[in-house]
Amino acid sequence: MQEITRSDNRHVFAQGARDGIPIGLGYFAVAFSLGISAKAAGLDPLQAFLASLLTIASAGEYAAFTLIAAGASYLEMAAVIFITNCRYILMSCAMSQRLDPATSTGHRVGMGAFITDEIFGASISREGYLVPAYTYGLASTSVLPWALGTMFGVIAGNILPSSVVTALSVSIFGMFIAIIVPPSKKDPVVLFTVLISFLLSWLSGKLPLLSSVSEGTRIMILTVIIASAAAALFPVKEVADEE
Amino acid sequence: MKNNYIYIAVMAGVSFLIRVLPLTVIRKQIKSRFLRSFLFYVPYVTLAVMTFPAIITASAHPVSGAVALVAGIILAWLGGGLFPVAILCSVTVFVIDALL
Repeated sequence: MQEITRSDNRHVFAQGARDGIPIGLGYFAVAFSLGISAKAAGLDPLQAFLASLLTIASAGEYAAFTLIAAGASYLEMAAVIFITNCRYILMSCAMSQRLDPATSTGHRVGMGAFITDEIFGASISREGYLVPAYTYGLASTSVLPWALGTMFGVIAGNILPSSVVTALSVSIFGMFIAIIVPPSKKDPVVLFTVLISFLLSWLSGKLPLLSSVSEGTRIMILTVIIASAAAALFPVKEVADEE
Repeated sequence: MKNNYIYIAVMAGVSFLIRVLPLTVIRKQIKSRFLRSFLFYVPYVTLAVMTFPAIITASAHPVSGAVALVAGIILAWLGGGLFPVAILCSVTVFVIDALL
């Protein structure tokens, strides 16, 4: 194993910071639309900034703001954040398989704290053992734009005409599409699962029992049912490391 | 009236634990094939459920949301990243809502 010197670390951090810039730009735009949901939920700019800085989760935050708007219980909030961010468990597991076993607990905590779809994807795309400094570099240029974008979304949601706000609010779904389509293209089972999810999600809004529970709970119930069925019917051979 | 700061603390706390616990606790591969498979499918199911039909109800006209969905899927299928797909969906909704 090669020895990692301090200057190597600085170099790798700089690489990560550079690679994080396009991620940060994308985050800013998407977070702006998230800020519009935050405002609708009654959050002020500081609260929206903190929520994004500390949660760093598009889908999770979107679901969370929906819950805040509905005045849901804190327990329901915990459950929904858990279920919408469940994928980070998998990513964290995948990362754990790619670390030098000697990696300190401090670095494990540090790397884990910044797991997002993009930071995970970029981190894991490097060969060999993962270097904590690279992940920190990625986070250094992407997490702050995410938090600032949400804050500006709350502030400027007022200023912009409603047609622009509506258009921007759709960008979050565009981001979700960009995450689910590539694996659907690669794996027919994922494609099938996604289509079934679309169908059941649409149907559940019409069914008498399911349509009466809150949106967050419905997402949670559907996710558990569909993902369990997919896991039972089409167990994966090897969980892929790459996203 | 619930406190927004408590909501934020719950959001932050649960997300932090989810991200950090496996990385610090699990040092071997997960054995259960079902659990691994379940975790593999979860992100796609959650995101798909959140996207549809919400994208259609989020726009002023259902048609613009539907077109944005299809346009986004096509661009992502052709290799478009997060940022281009998000922008395309927004622009599509803006233009079609303006025309209708």
